[in-house]
Amino acid sequence: MSEAEREIVVEDPAALAGDSPAVTTNRTADVVVSLLLLAFAALLAYDNWRTGMGWDSTGPQAGYFPFYLSVILAGACFWGLAKEFLARKAAAETFVTRAQLRRVLQVFVPTLLFCFLMQWLGLYAASFLLIAGFMVFVGRLAVWKSLLTAFLFSLVMFVTFEIAFDVIMPKGPIESLFGR
Amino acid sequence: MEAFGLLVYGFSVLLTWKILALMMVGLVLGIFVGVLPGLGGPNGVAILLPLTFTMDPTSAIVMLSCIYWGALFGGAITSILFNIPGEAWSVATTFDGYPMAQQGKAAEALTAAFTSSFIGSLVAVLLITFLAPGIASFALRFGPPEFFAVYLLTFCSFVGLGREEKHKTVISMALGLLLTGVGMDTVSGQLRMTFGSSDLLRGINFLVAVIGLFGISEILLTMEERLALRGHAASISLRTVLKVWKEMPRYWVTLLRSSAIGCWLGITPGGAIAASFMSYNLAKRFSKDKESFGKGRIEGVFAPETAAHASGTSALLPMLALGIPGSGTAAILLGGLMVWGLNPGPLLFVEHKGFVWGLIASMYLGNVVGLVLVLTTVPLFAAVLRVPFSAIAPMIVVSCAIGAYAIQNAMFDIWLMLLFGVVGYVFKKIGIPLAPFTLALVLGSRAEDSFRLSMIGAGGDMRVFWSNSLVGSITTLALVLLFWPLIGGAYARMRSAFVRKPA
Repeated sequence: MSEAEREIVVEDPAALAGDSPAVTTNRTADVVVSLLLLAFAALLAYDNWRTGMGWDSTGPQAGYFPFYLSVILAGACFWGLAKEFLARKAAAETFVTRAQLRRVLQVFVPTLLFCFLMQWLGLYAASFLLIAGFMVFVGRLAVWKSLLTAFLFSLVMFVTFEIAFDVIMPKGPIESLFGR
Repeated sequence: MEAFGLLVYGFSVLLTWKILALMMVGLVLGIFVGVLPGLGGPNGVAILLPLTFTMDPTSAIVMLSCIYWGALFGGAITSILFNIPGEAWSVATTFDGYPMAQQGKAAEALTAAFTSSFIGSLVAVLLITFLAPGIASFALRFGPPEFFAVYLLTFCSFVGLGREEKHKTVISMALGLLLTGVGMDTVSGQLRMTFGSSDLLRGINFLVAVIGLFGISEILLTMEERLALRGHAASISLRTVLKVWKEMPRYWVTLLRSSAIGCWLGITPGGAIAASFMSYNLAKRFSKDKESFGKGRIEGVFAPETAAHASGTSALLPMLALGIPGSGTAAILLGGLMVWGLNPGPLLFVEHKGFVWGLIASMYLGNVVGLVLVLTTVPLFAAVLRVPFSAIAPMIVVSCAIGAYAIQNAMFDIWLMLLFGVVGYVFKKIGIPLAPFTLALVLGSRAEDSFRLSMIGAGGDMRVFWSNSLVGSITTLALVLLFWPLIGGAYARMRSAFVRKPA
């Protein structure tokens, strides 16, 4: 049973600082989301009203079902907003702290860049850059490890999808060098 | 015993080297998915779905469902060794599983978890084998009004019985239903909600939304937290396995009760999460020694794991028999069916016998093979957790992108996936449930079609939904469930008033 005594420990170099100021509260986020959804519901309701939300000789028109759904959506948003304003809770939970937001952006921004790059470089080259870059700059891992991991992963993906399963991905100049 | 003969036929479909190999691949991938932080059953299945596009439907569903079983098994590993539930339904497993690992009994806890998962699934698969064909042949008599009533029942029970705030469930469901309407209307051919965009013409693909909602948003959420891990390594010896198995029959009441709870909550959209908590609490309540729960009692591992798996498996029953998924992952498998060109619903049992019985047979085989696989390879998978998250996160992002792009070969879908990722992140944080959203996305267009077909058939008369006893009782039940919080509250008040009066 000596095996069971062994521990697995994984450190997180970019760990959060203990306390960080809140960017916004759950309540504010709730209200903002409700208002956005309300606007969305109004937009869709208008569009479906234009399409035709009534009945004709064959039954309900194309806009009938979605029109009433947008009414239901708007109703639920109003309900939520009313509840939020009537509740007199002073203490609100934190939606996200500043440190948390920074970390979320640390992964979201590279993902966004990856999506842009993939249109010019192809998916596999962009994926190499994303993985290597993320491991080096965010994870602070050794450069050679990062490059190797990124290369191997992209290669395995390429072989699995393009060659073994015939799933076609956006490709760029690098793949065309190999005639694919 | 017709079911038995068909099951044998199912095994005969299954027993080819190609399918067995795919099964192993699926199980291994699934366990990885279950162990890795930031990936779980639904998103794992959604991301890996593109792998199956070029396969025949039977191989595809076998591989995908094996990914699902693997993910269910894998979730227990992190709960017990690291006190980190890989899935929401493994939360209850940590209560007693992690203390056991701390006491040096990790191997026992893992064996208990895997074996009870196996028993839970087995009970659920038996249920599917003998119940699903009957339900499907009954449902063959359904016309559009009956189907609409069943869809309505599904949606209403989510609102009425869900534990989330009601208006948030309604928001999530209405939004999902609205998004399925985008694109060309199937009945009239008119364009709806496309705002002149040619990309929206195709509509919003269900799988793209799921990959964003579950995959991308999960990465964002996981990033938020501290990523340091501290846990126990473990390997399971044959002696431990036999010891736990010898103890097991003593807990037959717990196992049976948990399986029953799991099956019930899996078929109705209660879900594996509720099932695991409920069976843990019941096991605790009926135990003679309540204090020992939470301190590393093996029964506290048996109960939630059995229920979670029974529920996860039986969620496939309504999917196969009626075309209505009982869980998020079942919804994605249903999305898969449509991609492979099958029409989900009761006709599946008639038109695609090989597919249905192959799938059911694969549930038996997949669980046996999965059990052996996890028992022998735990140390390997636990070591996967040593890989830092900053290496895993970008890989998951890339896999999500591949998955989203492959569905329709459209760059637009990648942007849509990102958008859904942000939406999923915000929704999860403010407590808007994602399960009704998924369900609405996959059922939406069929619910609308059945509504419009029944309206056309009845000349616009809403009374068609009460036109015979079958459709009438389903519709009424749906409305009762929708207003259940009000009805239940009124009933409780009335009763307390009656009780007080004589005094």
